[in-house]
Amino acid sequence: MLIKDLKSLEKWKKSLPKKSDFRISVLVCAGTSCISSEADLIIAMLEGYIKEHNIAAEVNLVKTGCFGFCGQGPIIKIEPDDITYVKVKVDDVEEIFNEHLLNNNTVKRLLYKEPFESEATEDASGMQFYKKQLRVALRNCGEINPEIIGDYIVNDGYLALAKCLDEKTPAEVVEIVKNSGLRGRGGGGFSTGLKWQYTAAVKDDEKYIICNADEGDPGAFMDRSICEGDPHSIIESMAIAGYAIGAENGLIYIRAEYGLATERLRIAINQAREHGLLGKNLFGSDFSFDIEIKLGAGAFVCGEETALIRSMEGYRGEPDKKPPFPSESGYRGKPSSVNNVETFANIPAIILNGSEWFASLGTEKSNGTKVFALAGHVRNIGLVEVPMGTTLREIVYDIGGGHPEGKEIKAIQIGGPSGGVIVKEYFDTPVDYESLLEIGAMMGSGGLIVMDEDTDMVEVAKFYLDFTQDESCGKCTPCRIGTKRMYEILERLTNMEGEPKDLEKLEVLGNNIKHASLCGLGQTAPNPVLSTMHFFKEEYEAYAYRTKRTAYLIEPKKCIGCTKCARVCPVNCIEGKVREIHKIIESDCIACGACFTACPTNAILKP
Amino acid sequence: MKNKILDFSTLDQSLLKKLDAYIDALEGDRQEQLIHVLHHAQKLFTYLPHNLQLYIAHALDLSGAHVNGVVTFYSFFNEEPVGKYTVSVCMGTACFVKGADKVLDRILKLTNTKKNVMSEDGLFTVKDVRCIGACGLAPVVTVNEKVYGNLKVKDVDAIIESCRGDEHVD
Ligand SMILES: Cc1cc2nc3c(=O)[nH]c(=O)nc-3n(C[C@H](O)[C@H](O)[C@H](O)COP(=O)(O)O)c2cc1C
Ligand code: FES
Repeated sequence: MLIKDLKSLEKWKKSLPKKSDFRISVLVCAGTSCISSEADLIIAMLEGYIKEHNIAAEVNLVKTGCFGFCGQGPIIKIEPDDITYVKVKVDDVEEIFNEHLLNNNTVKRLLYKEPFESEATEDASGMQFYKKQLRVALRNCGEINPEIIGDYIVNDGYLALAKCLDEKTPAEVVEIVKNSGLRGRGGGGFSTGLKWQYTAAVKDDEKYIICNADEGDPGAFMDRSICEGDPHSIIESMAIAGYAIGAENGLIYIRAEYGLATERLRIAINQAREHGLLGKNLFGSDFSFDIEIKLGAGAFVCGEETALIRSMEGYRGEPDKKPPFPSESGYRGKPSSVNNVETFANIPAIILNGSEWFASLGTEKSNGTKVFALAGHVRNIGLVEVPMGTTLREIVYDIGGGHPEGKEIKAIQIGGPSGGVIVKEYFDTPVDYESLLEIGAMMGSGGLIVMDEDTDMVEVAKFYLDFTQDESCGKCTPCRIGTKRMYEILERLTNMEGEPKDLEKLEVLGNNIKHASLCGLGQTAPNPVLSTMHFFKEEYEAYAYRTKRTAYLIEPKKCIGCTKCARVCPVNCIEGKVREIHKIIESDCIACGACFTACPTNAILKP
Repeated sequence: MKNKILDFSTLDQSLLKKLDAYIDALEGDRQEQLIHVLHHAQKLFTYLPHNLQLYIAHALDLSGAHVNGVVTFYSFFNEEPVGKYTVSVCMGTACFVKGADKVLDRILKLTNTKKNVMSEDGLFTVKDVRCIGACGLAPVVTVNEKVYGNLKVKDVDAIIESCRGDEHVD
């Protein structure tokens, strides 16, 4: 169906099947994480059963994007019953089908059990994981089939675009976004409305809307999940942005590693074109817009907007000096607005619900919600979206369920390789741009890594610096050479070859790099080191004064010679005969902790 | 040396034809699409040897230095041949804090290789990669397309062995 105006969109929407037309809807997550644990097979099996029993008219099988509850995947959600099955295996599918889909009996053993509770949670919306969440950017993720445009249309898809073209001038659209208080979710936190206003103000026939889907933070997957789970919302928003700033061309720059997301975006773009939602004269107006996908090739710095633009032009992704900002001179030297995926995902909701609604969410200066990729030593690993101002404690303990084995959580790393750690004294800080800055941290793009008491903070800092020195594009010296030298010092320290002077050097060097680098990569690269040095000085000192033990150790008094540790050691570095005291060969120990877990008498000491 | 690089006859000619067809079909500014061309070439040839890079430079009317500069800038492109099994160890943060570095060390030891260098028997190339988005399963390793999650160091031996085993069966 070709959509020529608002009316034909509404007519189309009415003609499409809705969830309420079915007796039961079975939603299966087909995000990357669930697919890696055979969700695709589960979907195929359900399809088979439904066909075999000839009940496709009453059972609505939906292959969705990410539900966010990745650590418990694969996940099946059943509506309207509000039941979520977790960790579903291929062997469980037949039972779910026979019991629940045919006979309406809940399969209790597959329900999620909250930690420390004996009874499983029956209604999914009552689960701790979902209770404190508010889904705006993720509103369709896990609700619709991202490969079917009709599913998006039923949820008011493309209505925001229709309304903008039908009822609003470009300047009014900019005004709405500005008043909503939406700030860029890619890390900078700059007002999206202002960015659009600046780009709109530059006179040029050729302008570009660019979607930054590079998602460089190496432990984050918010943007990918949105592209995979709700690609049409990105397309619709880009068209709205194009209308607002006067651009007819859109570009999505996406990481080459994101195969599934790219594929889903491609499908969505083609569907939108088929239905006249991309192309010439959208909704009968004189506004035309189309989108092209550009692949990255694995370079973190390409997330930085000027480097991203260079990369799209077919060059090495080296950043340029700002100003001029892309809003004046961007892709092909033309005015361009670069916005992040999650930023875009908020736009249709803002247009449909109004800027007051959005501004009422969150805190005074940080409006709306933020999506976080929660990972590390936390029970519920996954994607969470919370109103700004929610505290870290709520995110990690209430939503995240705390540590899986109840250990103490020592720190939370926020902002990826550009960010720093937050220690437990500050866990009650509300998550908003200002409060995080106040405690010396930053919002970043949404990576939240939880680290428990056993984590070696020097190793963590070294990990991030290894990343940034490797990803430094090499254009400016402070970053290219400085981060490398910092990394070498850290390596020296962790190899027990360092000295106390090294700590001072790290600090001086770190501050120099921060102030002298060309782009955001170098300007923030020392943060993980400086911040861990500030909060965990003693861990650095243990290395610098070479008092740190790096291998596990067996306490002879407690060892009963049961051989359990020797049997689990992956590198065979534990010696000892049965019923004799065992010994760890320190130089070979890789500190994996396998022996520690295996020992029945707690005879093994951690380093 | 120069002649050897300029020698295109060592390249698989049928694959070159496919690459030509891809380049011919490009619309718009071709030079701008160098990265897409390189992606496609690597898909066809599995890696980008120097003479292939020069071939692409000719086809797009770019300098060899420009093409090589781009190839070496982006970690996705391989200049060296890759083994039959690409073992990618996720070194994203979530995997790292769950011990991915130890998993990587073990794999390197078992395959007797260095990172990004093909093993002598041509079976393995071991890489460390950034978050592959399966953090819920951390630590994660992929062998070609297959994903192994929730790994312990000792699980690695069986995975590598099974690749070697498949080899004997073939
Ligand atoms: C080193 C570096 C990496 C960045 N990586 C990303 C990224 O992966 N995704 C992103 O959206 N923004 C990233 N940014 C921020 C972008 O430069 C830019 O500010 C952002 O895409 C603008 O969109 P927003 O205003 O919607 O946040 C990065 C910045 C720097 C300095
Ligand atoms: S960090 Fe390994 S999958 Fe995300």
